Amino acid sequence: MPETVADTHESGVARIFAAIRLPVGDPFALAGLVIYAVFIVTAICAPYIAPYDPSEILYTADYDLASDLPPGAKGHLLGTTSLGRDIFSQIVWGARSALLVGFTAAFMVAFIGSIVGLLAGYFGGWVDAVLMRLADVAFGIPFLPFVIVISAFSEPSIWNTVIAMGLVLWRDTGRVIRSQVLSLRSRGYVEAARVVGSSDLKIILRHITPNILPLSFLYGSIAIGWAILTEASISFLGFGDPDAISWGFMLQDAFASQALARQAYYWFIPPGLAIILVVSAGFFISRGYENLLFPKLGR
Amino acid sequence: MSDPIIELKDTKLHYKIGNAVSAMMGLSTTVKAVDGVSFSLRKGESVGLLGESGCGKTSMGRILVRLEEITGGSARFEGDEIGDLKGSDLQRFRSRSQMIFQNPFDAVNPRYSIRKTLEEPLANAKISRSTWHQRIIDALDLVGLGDPEQFLERYPHQLSGGQLQRVVMARALILEPDFVVADEPVSMLDVSVRAGVLNVFRDVRDRLGLTAIYISHDLALVRYVCERTIVMYLGKIMEDGPTEDIVHDPLHPYSQALVAAVPTPHVDQSHDPLPIGGGAPDPRNPPSGCVFRDRCPRAQLRCADEVPQPRRIGTRLVACHFASV
Repeated sequence: MPETVADTHESGVARIFAAIRLPVGDPFALAGLVIYAVFIVTAICAPYIAPYDPSEILYTADYDLASDLPPGAKGHLLGTTSLGRDIFSQIVWGARSALLVGFTAAFMVAFIGSIVGLLAGYFGGWVDAVLMRLADVAFGIPFLPFVIVISAFSEPSIWNTVIAMGLVLWRDTGRVIRSQVLSLRSRGYVEAARVVGSSDLKIILRHITPNILPLSFLYGSIAIGWAILTEASISFLGFGDPDAISWGFMLQDAFASQALARQAYYWFIPPGLAIILVVSAGFFISRGYENLLFPKLGR
Repeated sequence: MSDPIIELKDTKLHYKIGNAVSAMMGLSTTVKAVDGVSFSLRKGESVGLLGESGCGKTSMGRILVRLEEITGGSARFEGDEIGDLKGSDLQRFRSRSQMIFQNPFDAVNPRYSIRKTLEEPLANAKISRSTWHQRIIDALDLVGLGDPEQFLERYPHQLSGGQLQRVVMARALILEPDFVVADEPVSMLDVSVRAGVLNVFRDVRDRLGLTAIYISHDLALVRYVCERTIVMYLGKIMEDGPTEDIVHDPLHPYSQALVAAVPTPHVDQSHDPLPIGGGAPDPRNPPSGCVFRDRCPRAQLRCADEVPQPRRIGTRLVACHFASV
């Protein structure tokens, strides 16, 4: 276990980083982190980066609709849509909704899954039975149709995806963390804590949780990609929020406007690329975690 | 004689294993880790629990610090049923009954400094924070870690096995318990540091007047530490009596085998082959009657039918139909 204690002396931020063990040593994971960093900065600074309002219908200097402009024309970096909206601005603002959905969904998946796994694994018995049967039910729910149903019964909003993920996708995280807790629970120092009178809550928070945090983050980083992909699918299928600019919405817009037939690659390739980049970044990072957690898998 | 601090009556710890399918196939679904054990400990007494792996000696110890709940019989600490303790009674029990674990590398949280490890019991017992430092220093001093200050901010991986086991002992002793279970505390240590840790254990026990259970598979260690020995086999007590008597004149055939198995330093001296062979049987399917009969050199028909009840022979209790002085 020496590898888990190497960084115990630093404090503050360094300790948080040590606790979640960001896999900066792995080149793939590092690439993933860099991609995330770029998109996060883009999302935060969207109002300063985007030259136009993403949903504003633009006109040229001679009062014509600035529609279907190719990249570079009249100051539009990636061109414009059929309704005269700036594609580059949409990509930039799309990063915001993508990351918002991605991170909140990832947080919910990691958080709910960790709690479920901790409770089921630590207490066992009927708590375990109830939670794991719930997980079985969640495993039985087909995810995309479930999101569509939720979207159909509520106001169209990007939060539908987040809620659906929170309701369903905790199952994998919960299961894996439960099994980890099962083995941690019988570790000597956990039993020792019980013998010296530590409460269950204290044992869970202080002795067990620090050891499952890396797993939570692994599943969280996978969930980011899932969430963005799901949100894009939902938007593409037309169940998304028509007021929120997301990459999925852009694809849907392009599809509905037959950009493909008109070979307006500049319209649908950028959002597709953005989705691919962010989703794969999540998987790269999780790959780095896997190497860290299961070093025997090799590289 | 004062009231016993520990009193076990027909204590049972049966684990359910397997499932409905294995039950239908006629496989037994219970493992009797501890099966009808009775003994009591007076205050200040130390007893060695002796037996091979899987005989239930560790389960026995875990029951006494309430890491396991018994499934039958009774296990009392100062007259209170251990399994029924709740709330503040349980909290008091936790500070009075402690355990020294077998593997020191596993028994302390690798993320905790030694100070933090030792603060945990103090915080749980709601000891005033101003006294913590002094108590930690005293406890480390007690277990023979010279210059305790230098250990406080160290982490487990920076300590040797012997040092770490002393920390584990310090954690068990810091609340000044009345009763301690030591579960093979030196089996994971280098032979060179065993004697030191054993001596510390003995000294501390005598100085604090501890009641202690020392769990081991090694008769020589038990003899070094305990005046009384209980020999266990497959969840049952085979023989219970003064250690010296058992060492010099074991009455139960299993005790005789254990004594014969102790190696001697005389290499050229031929000694008798062990009176028993094989390994312990599958605990799911122990033999009928006397659990030891399939390895016992003295087994007869009667042993298969009749479970031998412990009989008093001189200073000892022996569970064998044929044992006599």
